[in-house]
Amino acid sequence: MPEIASKSALHVRDLQKAYKDVVAVDGLSLDVQAGECFGLLGPNGAGKTTTVEICEGLTLPDTGEVEVLGRRWNSDAEQLRQLLGIQLQDTQLSEKLTVLETVRLFRSFFRQGAQASDVIARVQLEEKQNSRVGDLSGGQKQRLALACALVGDPDFLFLDEPTTGLDPQARRQLWELIEEFKKSGRTILLTTHYMEEAERLCDRVAIIDHGKEIALGTPRELIATSCAEQMVEFTAGSSSKALDVPALRRLQGVREVRTEDGAVLMQVTELHTSVPALLAELTRQNVPLTELRTHSATLEDVFVTLTGRHLRDE
Amino acid sequence: MSENSIPDVRAGVAEKKSPRRTSLSDHALVQLTLVRFLEFIREPEALFWVFVFPILLAAGLGIAFRNRPADVLRIATANTALAQSLRQENLLEVQQLDPEAAREALRTGKVALLVAPGPNGAVEYRYDDTNPEGRAARMLADRAIQRAAGRVDPVATNDQLVRETGSRYIDFLIPGLLGMNLMGSAIWSMGFAIVDARRKKLLKRLIASPMPRPYYLLSFLLSRILMLVVEVGVLVGFGALLFHVPARGPLLDLAAVCLLASLCFSALGLLLASRARTIEAASGLMNVVMMPMWIASGVFFSSQKFPDMMQPFIKALPLTAVIDALRANMLQGANLARMAPQVGIILFWLVICFALALKLFRWR
Repeated sequence: MPEIASKSALHVRDLQKAYKDVVAVDGLSLDVQAGECFGLLGPNGAGKTTTVEICEGLTLPDTGEVEVLGRRWNSDAEQLRQLLGIQLQDTQLSEKLTVLETVRLFRSFFRQGAQASDVIARVQLEEKQNSRVGDLSGGQKQRLALACALVGDPDFLFLDEPTTGLDPQARRQLWELIEEFKKSGRTILLTTHYMEEAERLCDRVAIIDHGKEIALGTPRELIATSCAEQMVEFTAGSSSKALDVPALRRLQGVREVRTEDGAVLMQVTELHTSVPALLAELTRQNVPLTELRTHSATLEDVFVTLTGRHLRDE
Repeated sequence: MSENSIPDVRAGVAEKKSPRRTSLSDHALVQLTLVRFLEFIREPEALFWVFVFPILLAAGLGIAFRNRPADVLRIATANTALAQSLRQENLLEVQQLDPEAAREALRTGKVALLVAPGPNGAVEYRYDDTNPEGRAARMLADRAIQRAAGRVDPVATNDQLVRETGSRYIDFLIPGLLGMNLMGSAIWSMGFAIVDARRKKLLKRLIASPMPRPYYLLSFLLSRILMLVVEVGVLVGFGALLFHVPARGPLLDLAAVCLLASLCFSALGLLLASRARTIEAASGLMNVVMMPMWIASGVFFSSQKFPDMMQPFIKALPLTAVIDALRANMLQGANLARMAPQVGIILFWLVICFALALKLFRWR
């Protein structure tokens, strides 16, 4: 067995993976502590899925090392499979089987774990347990996929974009189930391109772009360190009376100003000083204010600050 | 050591896990086979093609090419006394009509022969001598009339009727259909299921779980064997009950050939499905492979009809070997030893296809 320095449940060093002409993962290193929920946040094509699948032992890296729960894939694969719960991006389970038959099938692969019916109850599909998979809604299918990942009582749960494509209600329901699992003190690695999801579920987040880690920390830390705490968004002026944007940058407490689709976004440290200063400046420029909104900065804002792009646009 | 490295995680979980399972039905191989089986019987089209279609085909062809019993010949006469004499011959169906209607019946071919009284107690036969039925009817009618008039045949004769089962078309057809069905159901069920699972990334999901990979392939073979009992039973039983198609060879050897054939075609199906990512690609490949065998391997007509120079190639095809072995067993009562050349060819294909499939197979 390889020696490991810390109690990290997942240890990734200098991971590199290229497909024909695309570098999917470019020197990535990660450490996920036992018991934490770790998020990989990034746009589509950032290398999240490739990274996760290398950690899951489904893809071989070109170079770099991976240790999961202190074990390596090339020597302990069989053991590892028993300890991991895996939910892949867009797997379609057999439509002709019922929920119960599907969970029982996956249960049969594990040496230990809960009863199939208990796991179905945990993901709130009891009423659907005799329904065909093909008759389930998108949210129900995702909960079934989660049940198949939980059925072996995993120590480490991998969730690859668990809520992509779900409506907000189904998404919240799934979040509650994941939070439930978190309470049992086991480890989760989650990929997502919803910052709301990462902020709600993850203890720590790595932001990934073009196969590289561009930021790492708790959601709060990331928001606090890489940009200001508050966002002010407004529209002002008209075609006849244009706004003097550079003047805004000189206002007190303003970190950054950018324009987007006619709206102006300002990162500020303190709302109570910056907003009055903004209003005074607009009055001075004699530009009418048509809309004003403020919100706390999110991981989305962090991502935009770091890359100049939006997560969703990719 | 690894247990020590993450003690908090392992310890908190240990008591929550249920004890080792004991029930056989919870075994991964049993579950995988059960799932195969459920997926199959929940697909009505598959049920039709595997079970109903071969029977419909056999029934249709069996009826079309049935061997008819000796026909009764229709003749006509206007004379009551002659009619009475003629009715002694039971291969003739005698119609007593008025003279005009009788001539009309002969003209239109409704009867093969017209028998009429001639002058001086003679009898006149009217018929078309280019029509075999007319000539046969004349001989039968003449014999009946002469016997009725008191002729005694100088040599005693008796008839032994020989209708050999096993040489009719339906006897030839049933083993051919059986072979075709073994090939089709093995290749289709294997190919489509695997390619579909690959396309839906279900294969990838399965190998992400601790499922032992050989179990997945093994479950296909086990479910094929279960299905095989029904498939072979239905077709052979149908032939035996409705058409009295014989099964003269040892039944155990017949079962062995069917099993071997099914494994061979499953291996071929696995090979065809080893890389394909779409159903279209897979079904194209399957048709390319199966089509020559449907035509050349002697399902519907003897493969001997192809030119001599093609015979070695045709003989080497797995379906030819399977059908030849099935016919040898069912019709000539051959045991496994006499089917050795065919069994050898089947085994050869089984080994080659399986080895190649294992080498080429992609889970994702």
